[in-house]
Amino acid sequence: MYDVILLRYGELALKGENRPFFERALKENICKALPNIDPKAVKRRHGRFFVDVAEEEDIEKMLSALSKVFGLVSISPAVRLPLDLDAIKEGAFALGRDVIPIGGTFKVQTKRANKGFPFSSPEINKEVGGYILPRLAEAKVDVHEPDVIIDVEVREDYAYVTGRVIPGPGGLPLGTSGHGLLLLSGGLDSPVAGWMCMKRGLSLTALHFHSFPFTSQRSKEKVIDIAQVLTGYAGELRLIVAFFTNIQKEIQTKVPEKLRVILMRRMMMRIAQKIAQREGALVLVTGESLGQVASQTLESINVTNQVVDLPVFRPLIGMDKSEIIDRARAIGTYDISIRPYEDCCTLFVPRHPSTRPALQEVEDAEAGMDIQALVEEAIEKSKLIIVNGRNSCG
Amino acid sequence: MPDEIYLDNSATTRVDPGVVGVMEGIFLNEYGNPSSLHGKGVQVEKLIKEARRSIASILQVEPEGIIFTSGGTESNNLAIRGTAMVPRRRGHHIITSSIEHLSVLNTFRDLEEQGYPVTYIEPDKRGLINPEAVAQAITDETILVSIMHVNNEVGSIEPIDKIGEVVKEKRRDIIFHVDAVQGFGKLPIYPERGNIDLLSISAHKLHGPKGVGALFIRKGVKIKPVITGGGQELGFRSGTENVPGIVGFGEAARLAADGMEEHSQRLNSLKERLIERLSSSVPDAIVNGALGEESAPHILNLSFPGIRGEVLVHSLETRGIFVSTGSACSSRKASTSHVLTAMGLKEAISESSIRVSFSIFNTQEDVDLFVEALKDVLKELREIYRGY
Repeated sequence: MYDVILLRYGELALKGENRPFFERALKENICKALPNIDPKAVKRRHGRFFVDVAEEEDIEKMLSALSKVFGLVSISPAVRLPLDLDAIKEGAFALGRDVIPIGGTFKVQTKRANKGFPFSSPEINKEVGGYILPRLAEAKVDVHEPDVIIDVEVREDYAYVTGRVIPGPGGLPLGTSGHGLLLLSGGLDSPVAGWMCMKRGLSLTALHFHSFPFTSQRSKEKVIDIAQVLTGYAGELRLIVAFFTNIQKEIQTKVPEKLRVILMRRMMMRIAQKIAQREGALVLVTGESLGQVASQTLESINVTNQVVDLPVFRPLIGMDKSEIIDRARAIGTYDISIRPYEDCCTLFVPRHPSTRPALQEVEDAEAGMDIQALVEEAIEKSKLIIVNGRNSCG
Repeated sequence: MPDEIYLDNSATTRVDPGVVGVMEGIFLNEYGNPSSLHGKGVQVEKLIKEARRSIASILQVEPEGIIFTSGGTESNNLAIRGTAMVPRRRGHHIITSSIEHLSVLNTFRDLEEQGYPVTYIEPDKRGLINPEAVAQAITDETILVSIMHVNNEVGSIEPIDKIGEVVKEKRRDIIFHVDAVQGFGKLPIYPERGNIDLLSISAHKLHGPKGVGALFIRKGVKIKPVITGGGQELGFRSGTENVPGIVGFGEAARLAADGMEEHSQRLNSLKERLIERLSSSVPDAIVNGALGEESAPHILNLSFPGIRGEVLVHSLETRGIFVSTGSACSSRKASTSHVLTAMGLKEAISESSIRVSFSIFNTQEDVDLFVEALKDVLKELREIYRGY
């Protein structure tokens, strides 16, 4: 029955002269999200995208993939019909049978862009509604708060009927805001932070710090699995695993207990900044939330921030843990993040970390370390993992 | 130096090449279904019978009492749930220990949630269950006692014969189940001598394949099947038999039984060598659990206070040595082993514990190399953890 998917995008429409740029990027991302699709099957018309459905059994998979394409506001599977009232009535009935729940209510809502069509919108509403109602047992019409709106759009070439609206993630097409570097741990926060930046059009490289044998192989597998979930939104993801073991050792042996975490964060930022340059990233993204732990107080963030020149996005800064958890569930990373393997942040956490470190004492503590050599070693011994998600466009 | 030194044989073992050879023939040639009427089925049925006989002879029981399952966990479930589900006039109190394998412990907890009153017997600090404590826990309502033979984490050998005796002294009709997964094939255990009604065993702990185990059911003992279907295994365990697994199990059990005394001596000498080397090279190592006669020859649980077991496991792994932790880690706090906790060990001891477990494939050289590596790794880690 369904032969086309209708894709609506919102914010892009406001982008003035840059609109073609955003629309091109969006089209490319739509193609990437759909394995084996012929790019010709994706058309833009009337401020929408239309995707032809070649095999109807693929439709749920297509809808699920499209619901993760940033920039899309909503998605509807649609029936494409010739410009003929009887055909529209029959098509709307077939669709209604599929989407109106038993005993549910509906209304028909027509938009007639094609003024040459011989019936007015109210006439079409009445004709189509009147056709469906007696044919669907227990269905009722409710024009105020219907369970289902049967949408009829009469265009120049065809009429389209839809009845199901799947929300898209919104935001801007991936890549249209540039490229960033996400500091990705196995925890709950950083994947959500990455997702939120991707939603605003940022494409990402992910960076993970691995401290084997202090953390296990499984904690690395966990990060790869999280990256895999993110590829559902991002297509392919470059995941760089930096060698953090010797830095961890150095900090443990040379630094007072309460300053270890903050020094670790500073080392991470230094490494991240260098890798960002190599990856062409103009921003670092972290999962910090103000006051969540000792290293995320304003004082700590200040001291951490001193070692980087790039801007650092912290999209979770104002979110509560419960909000982050809800978002992680919706994205699909929650179940992986709660697996019980240590990441390098948690293993060495001292009992009483400093919540208000002063820059001077932190710099003094660092003085005995060969920072440049450690950073270089961490980068040199890092490994690149290409995490694959979607297939690419034809 | 060998490529790897595998000292995690309580988790699982390498399959004996002889067992693999026997199984290969089954996969490729004797692939019939034992329930089939034709000759190919009959042929396979005979092979299962042989495996049954080989396992029964080790336990010195009738072959009809051996029911093949998918492994130790299923055997324990069948024994415990199967007993609990039989309708009875008298009570439904069940008894186990707090140091059982999770396949027993969590089955008891599940039954407890369903309303069965449960008593968990605590061990002493060597990981041993006192038969007197079992006797005292038994009431008029008691229907089942389940105690393990060898503890999988610390290797203590429970006084099964004595426990069986006190249980049956109280009342003949109390069912006595023993989870013998860790000791079977390494230590003698006989249902007759121990008054054991139900006994669980598994193939992959003694160089057999994964995915196959058995439950001994004493003649006349009533249990309900957990898995119903075509009525295979005398109706106690439906489902087409895992023929290659069963035959492989039979072969592995035969090999283990033939060499039991010699193997046991070899394992013991490995363990003694390890203890001796540790006392000279790593004097601050702590041995957890029973030693000597009261402990299995292949398991040694050690603690190195100040170093987390997990970190030690990973550090040894970088040197090609595989052991396991006594306790698994969750995010910030180490969730310590229920066995070590029940034995009353301090958290610092239990979170720094590792388990070393031998098989007959290990050598004296393995022990020496392990101790050398351990010494290096501890030195390195102690420096890093200094002041932690």
